[in-house]
Parts: sequence; C-alpha cells; structure tokens
Amino acid sequence: MRGDPAGMRVLQPRTIEEALDAFARRPSAVPLAGGTDFMVAWNAGGENGRVILDLSAITSWKRVRVSGRGLRIGALTTHWQLQHEASVKKHLPLLAEACATIGGRQIQTRGTLGGNIANASPAGDTFPPLAVYDAKVRLRSASGRRTLPFIEVFEGVKKTSLGAGELIESIDVDAPRKPTRQLFRKVGTRAASAISKTVAAGLLWTRPDGAIRELRFALGSMAPTVKRLRAVEAFVAGKKPTGEVVEEAAALLEEDVSPIDDFRSTRFYRLEVSRNLLRAFLK
Amino acid sequence: MKLPVSIAVNGSATSSEVEPRLLLVHYLRDVLGLTGTNVGCDTSQCGSCTVLIDGEAVKSCTVLAVQADGSDITTIEGLAQDGELHPIQQAFWDNHGLQCGFCTPGMILTATEILKKNPRADEHEVRHGLEGNICRCTGYENIVKSIVAAQSAKPAKKRASKKGAA
Repeated sequence: MRGDPAGMRVLQPRTIEEALDAFARRPSAVPLAGGTDFMVAWNAGGENGRVILDLSAITSWKRVRVSGRGLRIGALTTHWQLQHEASVKKHLPLLAEACATIGGRQIQTRGTLGGNIANASPAGDTFPPLAVYDAKVRLRSASGRRTLPFIEVFEGVKKTSLGAGELIESIDVDAPRKPTRQLFRKVGTRAASAISKTVAAGLLWTRPDGAIRELRFALGSMAPTVKRLRAVEAFVAGKKPTGEVVEEAAALLEEDVSPIDDFRSTRFYRLEVSRNLLRAFLK
Repeated sequence: MKLPVSIAVNGSATSSEVEPRLLLVHYLRDVLGLTGTNVGCDTSQCGSCTVLIDGEAVKSCTVLAVQADGSDITTIEGLAQDGELHPIQQAFWDNHGLQCGFCTPGMILTATEILKKNPRADEHEVRHGLEGNICRCTGYENIVKSIVAAQSAKPAKKRASKKGAA
C-alpha cells in the first residue's frame, strides 16, 4: 500500500438521503462504487488526502428495473450483473457484450455502470453501446433530480458535467426496435483484460429495398469522449450501401473523432481499424 | 478515526475497529492472520489476492475493509473441510497445478466461483474465467487441467455419497 496512510477519510452513508446530504456538505469527496479504477490510483499514492463517499450501502441502486419498453439500470449495478441480466441481454445486447469485455471476472463483479460513467475514461467500453441506445443519465442531489442525454455527461478526459453534490442515480434506456444488424467490437492488444485502442457499437435498420433507414454508430478511445458519428449517420440515411457509399462514409468518419498517438496505439491505426469496422458493418 | 467492521470470514464472525484506509487483503492478513491470500501486484491485475465476497470473486487489494462490512468472505483457508482438501485443491495437487504456489490461492478461489456458476465449464470457459489471474510459472496448462478435472471429480463424489446414503 503506497497511499498515504494518514490521508484518507471514508464517509459511510447508510441511505440515499444520507449520501446526498454528506455529498452536499463535502462536494470534493469522491463517490466510491466498485473502486476498480480509483483504488488502483489510491494504492499508487495518487489520490492522497481525498475524502471518500462509500456507496456500498445503497442497495436500491444495485438493480435493473423494467417498465414497459424501458430499462432503468441502477447506477451501482455491476458489469457482472449486466452481462447476465435477462432484460439487458434481450433488449440491450450490445451493453451486455461490452460489460463482458471489461477486465476479468473479479473486476466485473466490482465495477459498476455508474462508476464507469462517472470515471469518464475516454476508453470506457460501455459508452459506445449506451451512446447508440440513446441512453439518459438520471442525476440526483440533495436539491433534486435532473436527466441528461448520455453523451452530454462527458466534457473531456475524466471530466463530467455533473454538478457539485450530484450522484448518478440510474441509467435509463428505452429498448430500441429490433435492428437489422448490430455490432459491438473492442480492439485491444490482447483478448483478455485489455484497454481499448478503439471500441465500436453500431445499430442499423434497413428498408425492404436494401437502403439504410437509420444508422447509429459510436466509437470510444477515438477522442477525449465517446463520439456518435453524426456525419456518417446523416450521410448514409436513405442510401443503399454500395461500395462507393461505404467508401464515402468511411472517409467521413474523421469528421467526428480525433484519435491520438499514445502508449496504447497510434492515430493511424485507430482510424484505419475504425474505418474497417464501419465498412464491414455497412456492407 | 477508526471505523467498526463486522465481516464473516470462512463462516466465523469477525469484528474490529479499522483505519478507513485498510485494504481488505490487509484486514485478512494482518488483522486476522489469514496469510493464504497473497498480494502480488497491488494494482488489481494479477488476481493472487482473489477472495469471494458474498460468493463473488473479487480482488481484495482494491477493496477497502470498510466496504466489505456486513459481508461474507471466503478465503483459501476456508475451503478444506474436516481435514479434507476441497475437490479443487485436491485436483491442483493431483494434476501438478502449481509450481511456486504464489498465484494458487487466487486461482483456486476464482476456480471455485467459475465451477459454482457453471459446473459444466469446458476448457475454453475455464480459460476465459481465469482471465483476471496471472501465473508466471506454469503456462496455465496444468491449472486449467486441474480445474477441468475437479469438476468431473465432483459428480462422482456426489454419486458415491448418494449410494452410501441408500
């Protein structure tokens, strides 16, 4: 343990109300869910002096509720739960698939969907699926609730638009009508426990004549935050995916992303492999 | 400021006042003296600190003891019953599933959960389930062999005991 022994205080609220009150009084506290990322940084001495708001006791946020066509996923639902939950596998299979690729099972049993979002890593693997499902994030503070479109939660690398004292309460998603094709694909250095070089999710609906009715495509690890490929989506709508259309769509991909060279991959590789994923999905 | 924790470990109630910073693995090792759970990497990569919290495999080097308050924990010390090795421990013994032994407690605890969730796990599923556990000696071959052997040993044992009961 390399964290400073003196530098940690843990608040342990027993109820949601206690948690919201405690966070209102200490907005600089770090809400702790599974801690799969934060605790690694803390062990390395990177988060000394932080006050931690331990959310372990908030059991009512650890469930998925189904109402009509909508799923309300409690923020503290784990990746393990999500990949096995029947309603998620049925209505949001891309999310279930993404959750199964995050770390090994010991990480999946601890890591939560709300924690993944609040952590706001550019490489969050659940983000492209939530982006194509048009998820909404319900926030709660001592002074009330508000709901944000999923994409708008992120402001940059590890930065969210959550206000002082706001906790993620749930992730709300309507089950989409059945797509003609769907895709989740994570590209990393190894099959297991890798952090993404690029991560893609796609939903595609076609018309009887083969033309594309609607495309939703999102990429992670390709910009500071998850991106929907709005230019590509708008371009292909109503068109048949001929070779020419697919190539033009692939060329438009760069409009919405800005990958970098870093220790995990290069801009060149990330663009090339993302364009190939898009091409293969459209054809 | 110390915080009280009550954690059931291997079926016995334990309680203590702990510093909030105390990691679960250090609660097990230093407070309770259960040193079978190893700390390998401190960064939740290697899996040698794996224990079961309420039946789920977790890496105890990145969980605070206070987060485990009220839970039920199984460590490697809790597997053998009445002096008899757990079938998975026996299978590791029989199949030479370890060399230096450092990763073994974590491997066995993870294996316990893999087989509990899927008693018919094949080699591929066992390998997938072990993705969060690293071994630098064996090349995994005998570890996987041990776990697959352990599951085929289990029903045989059950049949034997049923016969005995009849």
